[in-house]
Amino acid sequence: MKARVFVTLKPSVFDPQGRTIVEALHSLGYGGVGDVRQGKYFEVEVDAASADEARRLVGEIADKVLANPVIESYQIEIVS
Amino acid sequence: MKFAVVVFPGSNCDHDAYHAVKHVLGHDASFVWHKDTSLGGADAVILPGGFAHGDYLRTGAIARYSPIMATVRSFADGGGPVLGVCNGFQILLEAGLLPGAMLRNRGLKFICEDVRIRVEETDTAFTAACAKGQTLRIPINHGEGNYFASDDVLDALERERRVIFRYVDAAGQPTPEANPNGASRNIAGICNEGRNVVGMMPHPERACEGVLGSADGLVLFESVVKTLADRGGMAVSR
Repeated sequence: MKARVFVTLKPSVFDPQGRTIVEALHSLGYGGVGDVRQGKYFEVEVDAASADEARRLVGEIADKVLANPVIESYQIEIVS
Repeated sequence: MKFAVVVFPGSNCDHDAYHAVKHVLGHDASFVWHKDTSLGGADAVILPGGFAHGDYLRTGAIARYSPIMATVRSFADGGGPVLGVCNGFQILLEAGLLPGAMLRNRGLKFICEDVRIRVEETDTAFTAACAKGQTLRIPINHGEGNYFASDDVLDALERERRVIFRYVDAAGQPTPEANPNGASRNIAGICNEGRNVVGMMPHPERACEGVLGSADGLVLFESVVKTLADRGGMAVSR
């Protein structure tokens, strides 16, 4: 099964890269851009008999490795 | 006494640390490969700077699962002195041996320059030979040294006197201008509850000889020698 994992900085954590992207967009004339938060995207293939099992497994992986809970949160999508 | 310098694939300050404790300080030292599970009877452990595992995913995120880290954890739990410098500090954070996390530097640039840090506390394994309030001129060399922790954690660190080093200006004050990377509360180094595990972004091992521009870093290594001598014996590692 395949899962998509989106890891982003928690809202309370300042994202210097996102801030720099906003400033670049403003200087390009995209004044309507309010905020950008940069994150990470993972495609994870796992052996799992069901979507629930895949979600549990990928959640464990995200907790342990893909995200640092001190600064990041994540969302999981099971795609197939 | 004997130092163990842990070598991860991508460590690049391992030889600097080895040189500082062996050739400058005059103590025994050995390298320990990250896949080993023994510290070879060392009395103190150094996790050196560099880019362990290429810093892929996050700094220290892969290194924290290296086999040696379980041994380092039990050594630390038993009171053994552990110093994490730069990438070593990042690994200690990822491993949960110290609280908090590192963010990209506020200015997004990799910074390599001398900074001034103030010794906030002297009752740790690596500051026992320092004077409280003493300032040290030591280089930093990192892209991700912007120390972050929640306000609750920061308050607890302050309350428990676990902020060990702060970036300061020439007058010894932790001003915003003296903060090179945006670290919370100008924090350059912290310790654990047992005060035997210290993590810091500046590189004391690169400031141990006058010919390098500063010998201010040597006192940290002298401190751990003093700490172990005061204990009346060496810590025992496996």
